Amino acid sequence: MGTAQILFWSLTALALISAIMVLVSKNPVYSVLWLIVVFFAISGHYILLNAQFLAIVNLIVYAGAIMVLFLFVIMLMNLNTETEPQKSIWMKFFGVVAGGLLLSFFISFVISSADLKGKSAQLKEGEIGLIKTLGKALFNDYVIPFEIASILFLSAMVGAVVIGKKD
Amino acid sequence: MSALTILLDANVNSSANYFQIGIQLLVAIGIVIVMMVASHLLGPKRSTSEKLENFASGIESHGNARAPMAIKYFLVAILFVLFDVEVIFFYPYAVNFKELGWTGFWEVLLFVAFFLVGFIYIIKKKALQWED
Repeated sequence: MGTAQILFWSLTALALISAIMVLVSKNPVYSVLWLIVVFFAISGHYILLNAQFLAIVNLIVYAGAIMVLFLFVIMLMNLNTETEPQKSIWMKFFGVVAGGLLLSFFISFVISSADLKGKSAQLKEGEIGLIKTLGKALFNDYVIPFEIASILFLSAMVGAVVIGKKD
Repeated sequence: MSALTILLDANVNSSANYFQIGIQLLVAIGIVIVMMVASHLLGPKRSTSEKLENFASGIESHGNARAPMAIKYFLVAILFVLFDVEVIFFYPYAVNFKELGWTGFWEVLLFVAFFLVGFIYIIKKKALQWED
């Protein structure tokens, strides 16, 4: 087993364990902290795939900014122990069934995919994930989605102000 | 010195060059864990009811920490995220600045123009003004 394999498996184990901890934690603030660990592990995966820009952006935007938003949402809600909604055992049971079905769907999708058969991911080397290649693709081939993204940001800004501001 | 040159990959764009950053991250986390565990094990513990009380800047503590907070913080945070993502789109442009030429410039200018419209809207709506 080479260094890349060892790193891949340890990062995968870290991501899965922290993702389980997100769900298991009783305190929602601990869930958010475990989610940050998940994002760090996924950034490690991006670096293994030589997608360095994506790794850094994942850390800055998701682990940095979005997690602060999650914390604010948790603090905005009234999460006292007496007001916490209790799900019935049937709700939990059907939640497990639905989640398991989704997981088996994804697994069968990946196994049956003809494009993925016998392929392995490009590790460590490769130009496709680098910032220069990404910039060229973004500003030459994907200009329209890029500009539409800015319109999306504009609408998000207006929506946030309309919802968050009283008058 | 020779061990360091083995670790450094000749290709700048190889992810093997992030190995050192990973080691630094592990060492930083390790130092924090060792310090916290050591101070927990070695430090003296004399717990009295006054010491175990929540610290609330000297005043008597009342209620709990689960009080809902003002939505103004959330508004500032969500606007920060939007402008944060805007700045991230500049990095790929800055790397390819010369090659994209004027076409790229107009594309980015249009992108920024939409943000500027949003920014003027935010300022006009006084969304960032703290006092009501």
